[in-house]
Amino acid sequence: MGNGTSIGRVRGLGPAKEGTHHWWHQRLTAGANLVLMVWFVVSVALLPTYDFETVRHWMGQTQVAVPLILLVASTFYHFRLGLQVVIEDYQHDETHIVLMILLNFFTLAAGTTAIFSILKIAFSAGAAL
Amino acid sequence: MANVRNTARPMSPHLSIWKWGPSMAVSITHRVTGSGMATVGTLLFVWWLVALASGPAAYGLFLDVFTVKSGALNVVGYVFGIGLTLSFFQHMCSGIRHLFLDQGANFELKANKTTAQLTYVAAIVLTAAFWAFIIWGKTNG
Repeated sequence: MGNGTSIGRVRGLGPAKEGTHHWWHQRLTAGANLVLMVWFVVSVALLPTYDFETVRHWMGQTQVAVPLILLVASTFYHFRLGLQVVIEDYQHDETHIVLMILLNFFTLAAGTTAIFSILKIAFSAGAAL
Repeated sequence: MANVRNTARPMSPHLSIWKWGPSMAVSITHRVTGSGMATVGTLLFVWWLVALASGPAAYGLFLDVFTVKSGALNVVGYVFGIGLTLSFFQHMCSGIRHLFLDQGANFELKANKTTAQLTYVAAIVLTAAFWAFIIWGKTNG
């Protein structure tokens, strides 16, 4: 908190202390999602077939596994921020708190499972299945 | 006075009290497609990754739900496949439009309406192009 300008004297004094990170992170991840999702959609479209060996071999490569993990991190954080706004708009009181806890659990559980699966595929690439 | 609306004025986006227009329709479509991908899309995406990490049997079960023996999509595959890709492209186009709105641009009524309608056109064209490539684009290579 500064003491120079009038905005500096009041910044951070509201009940939430700060307020723009949610909005800003939604935009940051939107930009990252745009790049990563276009890469993902084009890459999947270009796969010759979708049988087990082809897809597994594709995902086992470092240059695929790494952006895919980044995609999970960015899109899952983005949807967690987005669904928070939906919950805040339509649900209040206890329901709001319960749904926010469920949303956080869902995002973390799904994200961890997704990243673990990608790593498992990448680390066993080339090994006998 | 209540039923005399100045058409040059913008409309409030509340679903229950105003008639539908392109700008508010894109706004609610953005929310619906985002929520759909965050729930249905996430569950299918994670299932796909877990099945792929688990082995041929688990991946075969995943494929059996969405495809027929030849590898082509069945009805379930088309519903979820087209539903999720259309949702994605619509959310993407609407999201890009939103980034311009965030800069304070594109609030002129006519331009705002035009870009709102363009997100639907672009989303349908991109979805059609994606599936045309998946279905017919690979027969030659």
